Amino acid sequence: MTIDTLVLIWFGLIAILWVGYFILDGFDQGVGVLLPFLGKDELRRRVMINTIGPVWDGNEVWLLVAGGATFAAFPLWYATMFSGYYLALFLILIALILRGVAFEYRGKRDDAAWRKRWDAAIFVGSVVPATLFGVAFGNVVGGSPISPIETTLPGEANSLNYTGSFFDLLNPFSLTLGVMTLLVFTTHGAIFLALKTKGEMREAARKTALRVGVVAAVVAVVALLWAQLYSGRVVVTLPMVLLAAVAFLGALAATWRGRDGWAFIFTSATIALAVFSLFVGLWPNVMVSSIDSAYNLTVYNASSQEYTLTVMTWVAVIMTPIVLIYQGWTYWVFRKRISTSMIPPEPQSGRADDRFAGAAQG
Amino acid sequence: MEALDLARWQFGITTVYHFLFVPLTIGGAFFVAGFQTAWVRTGNPRYLQLTKFFGKLFLINFAMGVVTGIVQEFQFGMNWSVYSRFVGDVFGAPLAMEGLLAFFLESTFLGLWIFGWDRLPKKVHLATIWMAAIGTLVSAYFILAANAWMQHPVGYEIDPETGRAVLTSIGTVLFQNTAVVAFFHTIFAAFLTAATAVAAIAGYKLMKGRQVEVFRPAVKASSVVILLAAVGVAVTGDMDAKIMVQQQPMKMAAAEAVYETGTNVPFSILSVGDLSGSEATHLIEVPGLTSWMATGSFGGEVQGINDLQEQYVATYGPGNYVPYVPVTYWSFRLMIGTGMLAALFALWSLWIFRRQRQPEAGSTLSKAYAGIATVMVLFPLAANSFGWIFTEMGRQPWIVFGEQQTSDAVSPLVSSTEVWISMLGFALVYLILAIIEVKLLLTYIRRGAPEDVVTDPYADAVAAEKSDADKELYFAY
Repeated sequence: MTIDTLVLIWFGLIAILWVGYFILDGFDQGVGVLLPFLGKDELRRRVMINTIGPVWDGNEVWLLVAGGATFAAFPLWYATMFSGYYLALFLILIALILRGVAFEYRGKRDDAAWRKRWDAAIFVGSVVPATLFGVAFGNVVGGSPISPIETTLPGEANSLNYTGSFFDLLNPFSLTLGVMTLLVFTTHGAIFLALKTKGEMREAARKTALRVGVVAAVVAVVALLWAQLYSGRVVVTLPMVLLAAVAFLGALAATWRGRDGWAFIFTSATIALAVFSLFVGLWPNVMVSSIDSAYNLTVYNASSQEYTLTVMTWVAVIMTPIVLIYQGWTYWVFRKRISTSMIPPEPQSGRADDRFAGAAQG
Repeated sequence: MEALDLARWQFGITTVYHFLFVPLTIGGAFFVAGFQTAWVRTGNPRYLQLTKFFGKLFLINFAMGVVTGIVQEFQFGMNWSVYSRFVGDVFGAPLAMEGLLAFFLESTFLGLWIFGWDRLPKKVHLATIWMAAIGTLVSAYFILAANAWMQHPVGYEIDPETGRAVLTSIGTVLFQNTAVVAFFHTIFAAFLTAATAVAAIAGYKLMKGRQVEVFRPAVKASSVVILLAAVGVAVTGDMDAKIMVQQQPMKMAAAEAVYETGTNVPFSILSVGDLSGSEATHLIEVPGLTSWMATGSFGGEVQGINDLQEQYVATYGPGNYVPYVPVTYWSFRLMIGTGMLAALFALWSLWIFRRQRQPEAGSTLSKAYAGIATVMVLFPLAANSFGWIFTEMGRQPWIVFGEQQTSDAVSPLVSSTEVWISMLGFALVYLILAIIEVKLLLTYIRRGAPEDVVTDPYADAVAAEKSDADKELYFAY
């Protein structure tokens, strides 16, 4: 394969990894955002957390693999973006750390104050990445101050660096994209909750999906139309955006009619179309410089060389289907809807039958 | 402090911290899988109790390993962007493979294991913990191959046009002897660490006379594992030392604070005085041992720091190529010393509990044992940390040996303020989480193993399915 084909494959694969991450961890984050609003009592909060309990960790791996794949395939992209968006990434990392530990630890002590703190961690740990990933993409697509710097280090002759500050990242366009991802993930999460629960919880989730969804639709349309200003090929991306909007309205209609499965497929399609439209509009750039288009990082100047890309292509071709099969199987195993009546009274210890003999022993 | 020093501290803090959880996860996964296998094969509920008890501790630990691992994936780019550009073509590949082959496996199958007790048939459920355990090994392999490349870069060339490293042979990178030996050394150490934790906890329970019948088999099994792992660690450590002498002679010289090249070089156990200068007073010495460790012969020649420095100046140009000797010298000794104490503990445990013996609760022996067991858990953890500090500090000033120096590798535009914020942020969050984690572990150790465990939740769930009623979930967060 030629290097031109290989960089196209890897640009596409990284787009797919981000789509996968946003669809999967997107609903985890959505559920986390909704925790204080829909989780009116302990039982309901536990229902919510248990809908994502078995899968959130596997979902988060999509992000790690997107990061690793970027490092392997486009090391200059990885280096410039991660060092450039330093504090934003730091905040995301702290958020993900707190959220991950919270899922595992919150039920491990029978103490309302303890659980309340972990609930706060889940909420913050969901809001922060749900927003900042949108902001980051806004800066990748919309451009941020990137230019070469003076250096004598070997291998660094023409390396491009982000020269702005943390606050430069918070520009109107990227903030709009951040609000969009937050609202869309929240809707997506509400629809996932409706799909995975029954009874009162499901009704509440559906109502929320519709309410948040209407606002999300407006913001998303504004943000994605705005993104067309930066798109390299509007002829392709504009129809994708319009399709995304149709899919989102389809999701709301399906929710309205109680077709949760369809609604979930539609919000997933919305996320996929929106993210793909950003990537298609970005090609062949991977990071746009707001200083000079000569300083854009592209698939050509940021990529690894032919041999590495070929090796990685083989690994991806063999492993991706296997991963999809066993991850898909997980969703099949845990396909049942959950209700408040199914939550065991004693968290963590399994059923009440699994009594601890030595609970009081020192 | 400059951004460079801060970035080094941050990498050191976050990596050493992350690696407290990693060996417990790797070894722990196999212990849990082993106990569960014993249960499925024998039907003896004691093994299910052990599975549940150690499974819970394993998960409390695993969560910390996962979340601190996310930082590792990203901080190369965040703090070491020049390094990332320079090595990405080579170093990124094993990292991406780790994600695709290992992280998905671990996380997905562990989710199935945690929540799947009543959703999967017994044997399928057992298979999920084995898959997760295998995932931890795969993960370790790829990341250690990546690290081995920093110790001893192979299978690459420097692109004359860009000045950056380019991969030429993935097989060489993944299977060079540095990587293979480091993998086995680390895995044996991981088993040593986890087995010590299991032995100490179970032994403590026996000495307190609690759930004696449950914990007795755990003490024996884990003590045997400690001894086997200790032998493995020693053998692979010896192999590693001999490879190191070939590939990074300076590191070996710095480990021993040997300044002058010589034959029949002694190994000093204790030293006073200035190790960073060219004079040190070695109080206890074993003649010829350093020569033997390095070459396999007591009369073998070991190159000294001063000679190597001269050679490196000739090869790489002017500069200081000597690592900080007090750190390499002491971390090397402490690694060996703290690691091997666990083997003595294992022998002692096997002796005390030989046949069906059981010291009386409250006796002096049982009190002493319980006290020692409590601190013994920490020794292999310390040994792991010292081992990493030794091998990483001993490579300095290089980040990639012979190719790139650490001081050249740092992100040029990340300010010291930014690194202060992130370093203090991580340190603070990690500290709080460490306190919470240890408290939780102690609580669950105190609680002991659950009694009257449901032996076939899957069959119950299938039965409930037929009656069409909403059955309570067997496990929920």
